[in-house]
Amino acid sequence: MATDRALADEIVGTIRAWVDRDVIPNVAEFEHADEFPQAMFDQMCEFGLFGSTIAPEYGGLGLDVTTYARIIEELSRGFMSLAGILNTHKIGATMIGRFGTDEQKKRFLPRMVDGSFRAAFSLSEPDAGSDTGALRCKAERDGDEWVLNGTKMWVTNGVRASLVMLMARTPDGRITCFLVEKEPGEAFEGISVSKKIEKLGYKGLETVEMAYVDHKVPHANVLGGDEGIGHGQQYALSALELGRINIASRAVGVAQAAFEAAMRYAQQRETFGRPIYDHQAIQFKLAEMATKLQAARLMTYDAAERADAGERVDMEAGMAKLFASEAAFEIATEALRIHGGNGYTTEFPVERYFRDTPLMIIGEGTSEIQKLVIARKLRDRYPVD
Amino acid sequence: MNVVVCVKQIPDPADPGALDPETRTLKRDVKLILDESDSYGVEMGLQLVDAAGEGEVRLVSMAPNNEVSGLRTALAMGAESAVLVSDEALAGSDALSTAKVLAAAIARCEPDLVLAATESSDGYTGTVPVQVAELMDLPSVTFGKEITVEGGTATVKRQTEAGYDEVECPLPCVVSVTAGVVEPRYPSFKGIMAAKNKPVEELDLAGLGIDPTTVGWAGARQEITEIAEAPAREAGEVIVDEGDAHERILAFLDDLKVL
Repeated sequence: MATDRALADEIVGTIRAWVDRDVIPNVAEFEHADEFPQAMFDQMCEFGLFGSTIAPEYGGLGLDVTTYARIIEELSRGFMSLAGILNTHKIGATMIGRFGTDEQKKRFLPRMVDGSFRAAFSLSEPDAGSDTGALRCKAERDGDEWVLNGTKMWVTNGVRASLVMLMARTPDGRITCFLVEKEPGEAFEGISVSKKIEKLGYKGLETVEMAYVDHKVPHANVLGGDEGIGHGQQYALSALELGRINIASRAVGVAQAAFEAAMRYAQQRETFGRPIYDHQAIQFKLAEMATKLQAARLMTYDAAERADAGERVDMEAGMAKLFASEAAFEIATEALRIHGGNGYTTEFPVERYFRDTPLMIIGEGTSEIQKLVIARKLRDRYPVD
Repeated sequence: MNVVVCVKQIPDPADPGALDPETRTLKRDVKLILDESDSYGVEMGLQLVDAAGEGEVRLVSMAPNNEVSGLRTALAMGAESAVLVSDEALAGSDALSTAKVLAAAIARCEPDLVLAATESSDGYTGTVPVQVAELMDLPSVTFGKEITVEGGTATVKRQTEAGYDEVECPLPCVVSVTAGVVEPRYPSFKGIMAAKNKPVEELDLAGLGIDPTTVGWAGARQEITEIAEAPAREAGEVIVDEGDAHERILAFLDDLKVL
């Protein structure tokens, strides 16, 4: 159900005020130290962000996709990693809400609303990402249990999560999604964190490689029950459709921050006796940045509104993700150029935007994958008789 | 423990509108928000109720056009209900008229404690809390930075230039709270949703039994004789270090009497 617009404005306004007052002044400290922003996370729990899209019957708020996209935009304007802390959880909750059995919804969703029990999403492997055909992680049935073996890559929030939405190949040769419960930490029964991945940006939250060695999960934890066996890929792709709106929203948020930084700097910094904003070369840059930002935002909201109207939006979400992520990288790069030498220092935030924006180009399907998705849908929509 | 917090709804300081040259008062026909200086009283009230383990925070406000958006913010923080007094005859009310209205509304709530900001962010008279206390014949403490309540007595740390005085005061009483002494909580999303359905009792002057000729323009005893544009901020002084910068900065701070 669509969220009341006035209510959505109030919720988004509350997040905006928090980001301005408590996130932006403190982000550099956590980001440069690559340290988990515990106080910010605690406040996100207080707001109720982790249950924001979970249905009210399970204790959540049931906010719509558009409101969630606006929240992600605001969080990312302050610190893109905050959106990352939230997003894998949201993907997990969405998958359970959409495809879980009634028993699974009742068992998991009420525990997922307050942020104490969080989800990670695990599809990628060292040799498989969007190319799901190459997935090697295996699940074999052993009575009432499944035995998992394999290595997973790029698991965001893998250490702190209590639940991993794990894609593994079942004996039917297809992919099945398992609800893997674990204690937060680097090792639990047959699961271990084999490597912490150091990144260019996206600091403050962990992205890890996880190994599963004869790790057992009950059959009751196959997402969707018996009918879910072999449908993991479909479930994951459905969740990723919304995930792409999320990535587009992050891109818009970071781009907004980069653009605002550039506007501020261009009007304050003087060369040849006048603010650099008065130089046409800088004006042209900012005009292009503002135009791209506006287009990215409108495409993202459009995809979100269509999703709320119940439409399939794989093409629109792909377009929004493709355009917004590329635009954000360009805007961040231009913001850095406008800052000149100062842009290259850690004293100003633009170097962070420059390091954070490539993630949106690569994560949840690269730009090239988005183009494939878009092209495939184009042919469906424009068939030749 | 039942705490009443007086809250003012004011034009957004980020978009403050303008002064009306005829009435020489602030135009208030824009969307109003919760005065930030009142958010400290709301937070303090919520903490006191939490500490007492029972009771609730009730808001009392006077605003034109039955404006509730600022009240909703405080309700979303956790206040249980609100009383809003709105009446066309209240336009032009001075501080004492405002205090009369608030006192009448507060009396209906029978509170154990009344909290108010030291002063509003748009009027800055800073007189309403003590006027309310006087009209209600209650003791009052000003500039409260910390309040504890035990056995019918409020102990207030009262901010002074040198530090603070500790003042004991029997309940019920009125305490004005200094801005910045607590960290006002952000409303949770659930709080924001719940605030839509919390009761706001709307009253006019007749409902409070106040004669309209004693308040508003008709009853004002305070007159604004002149308004003027605030002077533009002057450029600051840049101190270039020639070995004596520290001394010059110290001398500057000394002139300001902040050392």
